[in-house]
Amino acid sequence: MRYFFLLMIFAWPSISGAMDWEEQTLFNAQNGSLTLRVISSTDTDFFAPIIESFIADNPEVSIEYSVTGSVDVYDGFRHTPEQFDVVISSAMDLQLKLVNDGYALQIDDLAHPRWAQWRQSLFGFTLEPAAIVVNNLAFSDTAIPQSRQEMIEILRANPNKFRGKIGTYDVRQSGLGYLFATQDARTSETYWRLMEVMGNLDTQLYCCSGEMIEDLATGTIAISYNVLGSYAMARSDIADKITIILPSDFPTTMMRTALVGKNTSHPDTAKSFLRHLTSSRWRDQGDGVFPTPSLHASSNGVQRSTIALEPGLMIYLDRLKHQTFIEEWESAIIQ
Amino acid sequence: MTNNPVYTSGSLRNKLAVRLIGGVLILTVLLFFVVRNYAAQIAQQSQDSILRASVTSMLDTANIQDGVVEMDIPYSSFSILNTPTDDRIFYAIYQDDRILSGYDDLAVPPLPANTTIAFQSTVFGDVPVRQVTATRILIGAELRTQITASVAQTQDNLSGTLKRISQHAAVLGAGFFSLAMLLSIWAAAATIGPLRRLASSVTRRGPEDLSPVVKPVPLEMAPLVLSLNSLMARLERSLNQSEDFIAEAAHRMRTPIATVRSHAEATLQRVDKEENRRALRSMIYAIDESSRAAGQLLDHAMIIFRSNQLECNDIDLVDLVQEIVLRITPLAEMRDVELRLESDQIAIVSGDSILLQNAIRNLIDNAMKYSPSESVIFLVVRANPKPYLEVRDQGPGFLTDEIELLTGRFTRGRNASGTIGSGLGLTIARDVAVAHGGQLKLSNNSSGGACVTFSF
Repeated sequence: MRYFFLLMIFAWPSISGAMDWEEQTLFNAQNGSLTLRVISSTDTDFFAPIIESFIADNPEVSIEYSVTGSVDVYDGFRHTPEQFDVVISSAMDLQLKLVNDGYALQIDDLAHPRWAQWRQSLFGFTLEPAAIVVNNLAFSDTAIPQSRQEMIEILRANPNKFRGKIGTYDVRQSGLGYLFATQDARTSETYWRLMEVMGNLDTQLYCCSGEMIEDLATGTIAISYNVLGSYAMARSDIADKITIILPSDFPTTMMRTALVGKNTSHPDTAKSFLRHLTSSRWRDQGDGVFPTPSLHASSNGVQRSTIALEPGLMIYLDRLKHQTFIEEWESAIIQ
Repeated sequence: MTNNPVYTSGSLRNKLAVRLIGGVLILTVLLFFVVRNYAAQIAQQSQDSILRASVTSMLDTANIQDGVVEMDIPYSSFSILNTPTDDRIFYAIYQDDRILSGYDDLAVPPLPANTTIAFQSTVFGDVPVRQVTATRILIGAELRTQITASVAQTQDNLSGTLKRISQHAAVLGAGFFSLAMLLSIWAAAATIGPLRRLASSVTRRGPEDLSPVVKPVPLEMAPLVLSLNSLMARLERSLNQSEDFIAEAAHRMRTPIATVRSHAEATLQRVDKEENRRALRSMIYAIDESSRAAGQLLDHAMIIFRSNQLECNDIDLVDLVQEIVLRITPLAEMRDVELRLESDQIAIVSGDSILLQNAIRNLIDNAMKYSPSESVIFLVVRANPKPYLEVRDQGPGFLTDEIELLTGRFTRGRNASGTIGSGLGLTIARDVAVAHGGQLKLSNNSSGGACVTFSF
């Protein structure tokens, strides 16, 4: 911690124009001679250790870390690409679209597994599964579901118990939620049956993982579907209150991805930041480090169910396709 | 006989090889471009067929519901476009002239009449793309509308494929070229082969073999062989003529000279007047000299003729010398000169015995001419290291300043004026030695007297 000075400023929208940040933080504000501007959908708490370890190696760099939802990350960067050097998001489809549309810089000398990168421009650096997370108290007398099918059966068997106590992403707001939903829908029809059942039981919709996990911990909801397992695991304070289940039928796993903007003012620093992200060095820094399964340490089983970085991802971003999907989803879950 | 320089103007084989290789080079370059072009077309076709599948699968999902066009583009329509180089994809979907979805800045070309699908290579943004455009007419209850979809893909993979194909084509071309080059060199050598075989068969012929070439030769060489044969026929004729001429000359000269000499002798017996006798004696002396000169001239002519077509047999030099010594001994005794032969058991040389006899006879004659009475001529024959004959006399020896010149034609030593001689003896001996691949060495003995070494 002595290598840098951490400055956290809330409500700093004036600098970057009209954008509304959830958080904006300037790391190493005093020593940094150049500022790397990172726009991200990952909460600062989770990401700070990674940035700190990078600054420890590069004390001349200060990092302005701005957090917003993954859709806003996409829109914000797309509208003002010159204002950011690095884009980090959990919405793989939106990130891929940015690369496809020519917003990213190619980094040819960054060695990375083929399946975890696209066009040497978009690099996945974590593997994070979508999970079913339950409140232990609510399931004290009920079997904990291990798959989507079991979840459907349990919900059907106990409609009164779970009415209003189910949570999932609002796919209209959350880019990650939309990615998980479309991938689920693509993989199996079970998804739509589950959505029907959840819609019947007055499901709560959330914009972000954080709130959903908070409500799970407090018991506001008993079960949440497709929540980001890594966020839940990171909350060690509520670890005994919740159980995280990776659905045994088909676990959907996303990669958090990063790219360097084509118009970056610090290409070399941005590249070395990406090198830092994709290396697993920052995982060895000790406690408090982003507790996601490493890309490199992951087992083959996890890899197989990982959402592939391929142009097909862009299909669900098509206006017509998006419209059709949202209509279908709404008709299933908002009844 | 091959000392005359042959003026050459390049090598036939090289010229042939260069032309063949040049032709092969042109063919190779042609092959490279044809293969590359063809492969490029095939690669482009395969990209086109995937693009066609993509755009068709998009259009297939279009339908009209409640008067509104709906499309549920399948996941596969993009995922089939996945390439190892992660090519970028752009698309646009239009209903009549209104954009429904996709990139509104992607220019969609109007399709030619009566076609429903078209491909083009164009540029989107600043990257080259391959674009497919297809159209479909939807007919609903009270709506007839045209849906046009266009999908464009960057060509990174294609250019990668082309690069690989080019490399393979280059390797193929290089292989083809080296193989063809080897074949060209071989073909050139093989073509030149009969010529070389003819040359070597002519070279390897025996000296008197002037028969025509009868072995079959390629058609193109027939004129050459024809003229060669006719040249040899003429040569043979001319050689025969000169042989006849020499024999004729020998016959014509020796007989009259002998007749003149016998007349002179007879006259000498008849005249008493001292001054007449003196004149006759010097006449006989001169006749002897011309007889000897004529004989040696003929010998020399014969040597030149024979050494041009040497008839080599294995001869024992010791035998040969003994025989000559035997024949000369009476002459030597008349002059009070002793011939002493000292030799190895046997000394086999390969040579023409007539020429050798003539040469050795000349050497011994010379030694006898310059030997004082009561002196000894030493003849030494040795087989090792190379066979040689040494003739040593006890005469005045050679003058050291003219020793190099004495073997020249008609050259006589300054101290030889009182002796009969034509100046051809040493010349004959040297020519014979050279014709046998050896040499004639003149020197003086340390104890005085001349020493001539005839070596093989």
